[in-house]
Amino acid sequence: MPTKNFNKTPYALTAPGVLFFTALLGAPVVMTFVLSLHSYDFTTGIQSDWTLANYADVLGDSYFHKIFARTFGLGLLVTAICVLIGVPEAYVLSRLSSRWRSIFLLVVLGPLLISVVVRTLGWALLFGGNGILTMIAQALGFSDEPVSLMFTFTGMTIALVHVLVPFMVISVWASLQKIDPQSEDAALSLGASKFTVLRRITLPQAMPGILSGSIIVFALTASAFATPAIIGGRRMKVVATAAYDEYLSTLNWPLGATIAVLLLLANIVIIVSFNKLIERRYAKVFE
Amino acid sequence: MRKLGPVALIFHTLFVIFILAPLAMVIAVSFTDKGYLSLPTDGLSLRWFYAILDNPSFIDAFWMSVWLAFISASIAVIIAVPAALAIARAKFAGRDVIAAFLLSPLMIPHLVLGVAFLQFYSRIGLGGSFYGLAAAHVILVTPYALRLALASATGLSTDAEHAALTLGANKFVVFRKITLPLILPGVAGGWLLSFITSFDELTMSVFVASPTTQTLPVRMYHHITQTIDPLIASVSTVLIVLTFALMMILDRFYGLDKVFVGKG
Amino acid sequence: MSFLRFESLKKEFGKFVAVRDMSLDVERGEFISLLGPSGCGKTTTLQMVAGLLQPTSGRILLDGKDITNMRPDKRGLGIVFQSYALFPHMTATENVAFGLEMRGVGKADRLARAHAALEQVRLSQFAHRYPKDMSGGQRQRVALARALVIEPPVLLLDEPLSNLDAKLREEMRIELRLLQQDIGVTTILVTHDQEEALSMSDRIVVMQQGDVAQIAAPLDLYERPTNTFVSDFVGTTNLLTGQVSQPGKVSVKGTDIDVDTASAGVGAHVTLSIRPEKFRLSDEKSNQEVRIDAAIFLGSSWLYRVTGQLGELFITQPNTGAAGYAKGDTAFLDWPKGALTLFEDAV
Repeated sequence: MPTKNFNKTPYALTAPGVLFFTALLGAPVVMTFVLSLHSYDFTTGIQSDWTLANYADVLGDSYFHKIFARTFGLGLLVTAICVLIGVPEAYVLSRLSSRWRSIFLLVVLGPLLISVVVRTLGWALLFGGNGILTMIAQALGFSDEPVSLMFTFTGMTIALVHVLVPFMVISVWASLQKIDPQSEDAALSLGASKFTVLRRITLPQAMPGILSGSIIVFALTASAFATPAIIGGRRMKVVATAAYDEYLSTLNWPLGATIAVLLLLANIVIIVSFNKLIERRYAKVFE
Repeated sequence: MRKLGPVALIFHTLFVIFILAPLAMVIAVSFTDKGYLSLPTDGLSLRWFYAILDNPSFIDAFWMSVWLAFISASIAVIIAVPAALAIARAKFAGRDVIAAFLLSPLMIPHLVLGVAFLQFYSRIGLGGSFYGLAAAHVILVTPYALRLALASATGLSTDAEHAALTLGANKFVVFRKITLPLILPGVAGGWLLSFITSFDELTMSVFVASPTTQTLPVRMYHHITQTIDPLIASVSTVLIVLTFALMMILDRFYGLDKVFVGKG
Repeated sequence: MSFLRFESLKKEFGKFVAVRDMSLDVERGEFISLLGPSGCGKTTTLQMVAGLLQPTSGRILLDGKDITNMRPDKRGLGIVFQSYALFPHMTATENVAFGLEMRGVGKADRLARAHAALEQVRLSQFAHRYPKDMSGGQRQRVALARALVIEPPVLLLDEPLSNLDAKLREEMRIELRLLQQDIGVTTILVTHDQEEALSMSDRIVVMQQGDVAQIAAPLDLYERPTNTFVSDFVGTTNLLTGQVSQPGKVSVKGTDIDVDTASAGVGAHVTLSIRPEKFRLSDEKSNQEVRIDAAIFLGSSWLYRVTGQLGELFITQPNTGAAGYAKGDTAFLDWPKGALTLFEDAV
């Protein structure tokens, strides 16, 4: 009987974490939710009323519609490009000899540990009016004018792909690692061409990795701040930069809190439902 | 070992160039001898590295980040290791809920954390304090420390511990002499990953940090939104070199691929 | 012309020679085992036949056709891998039907043939299971059905039973051999397990460090090994070193033993091999008195370690139901004259 042998040890061991998180994560998140239910007055500040007006504002305003649509579109585009280039790269990595593989794993994954600010700065330097991009375009005779991708959707997409594609590579790499290389030999011996082996044997087995990589990339794109703030700037606002401006420029905290709550909910819904989908689809197949 | 075709190798080369290009650009610009943003066409110069010394705000922010990352990674490990042992090895009511709760910051956008902490601290009077910032970073990095500790504790057989117990060791000695050494790679890897994550964090910190507690990424971000100059490139180059050194250590300790599986 | 022929196959990996000079003729319907310790080149040989490895030199001929440079997917051989290599994302039926699909067999036809193949390995009721929901033995049989359904000219088995537990392994040996004889498919088995090779094969190729040590039928191999490596690797044996003292006699530790010295000249250093079960241990006086050092009961037999004039020997005696010897007893040793094999290579 569980009550008879009730063991306090696991609770004692997890207690520090649970208490710390309850006080310093639970409380702030709940408070943010509460704040999003208060209205804001530009002269007197935050009111103590209860209202859904902020949600109505955000969800009904075409300015926010545009920002949400842009963020969502950016997420889809970045995810799609990460799949297109990250999956083949993971495959290439898995086929390299072990010495080259560990070198290139370091090259591909290492940037994840370098601050996003630094990586984005690199793109700002490349994209800027007197950057490499302009030099190449002028050298090739495409344009005499400076070419700039700063403050453009394209620039933001490229930089975010660069920031996030390692997550796709590592996720696919992990599932490629689990494939029994003999299953590819087996398919060859049964008459499958190399391309068929890739399409029918390797890719389906890598699918869980591709899907979980996609969730990670999508969720991180949708909530990305540094890269859109530096490359997109004020002209190309996304959800995160819009919330930042509401908080630190406009000082409309309840509205900022509302955007944050919506972002959090969207994030959780997408991650949880996608995970459910993967589990339903693959639990019966993979151990 | 199957050979890769030329198309695959060309693709791989382009991919690696794509990954390294922005970093190479930052490093190149930092060695310019000009007073403005340009590639070092007329020769390399260290003038922008010396310029860092004339900007104490970057140096202060650097030490602030180091100190903050050290504190938060250490507290995160202290929280995570006992929790990981309980979660990995005991069956108890609420185990999955507790695990999900302690890993939940991974699912919360940093922006949301920043917003939440900003007003929470201003409400309880910790606004702009170092303690508030440190607590926020602990929340942020604990999941990383927990995940790596869990990974090493999960596969751990209890046989060695039982053997030690039958040989007369008490529970404390068993933990110190058997359990801890066995999970040490995961713990050390978790600490280092937590340190780096905290050190690099911008989005949440930009809300929580005050002018007196500015971390290096926050300082750099504010600088970039004002102006992009060779100074910021030289600061970034220093950061790239330092991160690269830490990365080599992490790779030795634990294996980079293992660290990143499921990160994010 | 034999059905499958290896002509001076050689495979080098850098400086390492995995297979030195392998020639073999396999008849249609024959079951051949490649037997040897790990690293002897048996798996390399199999992979060259399968087309997964390219020989450094030499030729492979199948039914008179040179297939040395043919792509693995064009060879049409059936392979059962050590890990079974089932496709985890496909059911048993889909796994078995895959090879037929690659050959352009229509859906209805290939499902019917896949089911028939699963029936053949007694797995009909598991047709729609995924590999992870099957036991090791069941997976093994799916792999076998998958390899056989394409009606391959040659079936290649790479240590197919090594991941099964002992009892299941013995059952599968019989089942596999009966199935093979039933279908009549030419089969090459790679194994390090001498019992497996002895029990299933028509002929066994013993390999040692890239060389063929001996090719023989199981009984011949066991009874008439041609060198010490084979006699030691196949079954267990007692090896005695000695010197030919006169024609028909070898002196071992000062005792002359009668043995056919054949080509070995007087004074040659030789090795004698005698299997533990060839000895007769009794109370009848003979000129070989031994002391029992250890006695172990194995159910169907007794295993003794004894010491006598010839040194330490291992002896097995069938269990007749009577009590055996105990440690410390003395007994007398005898053996039929033909039980000793003489090798001119020293151990």
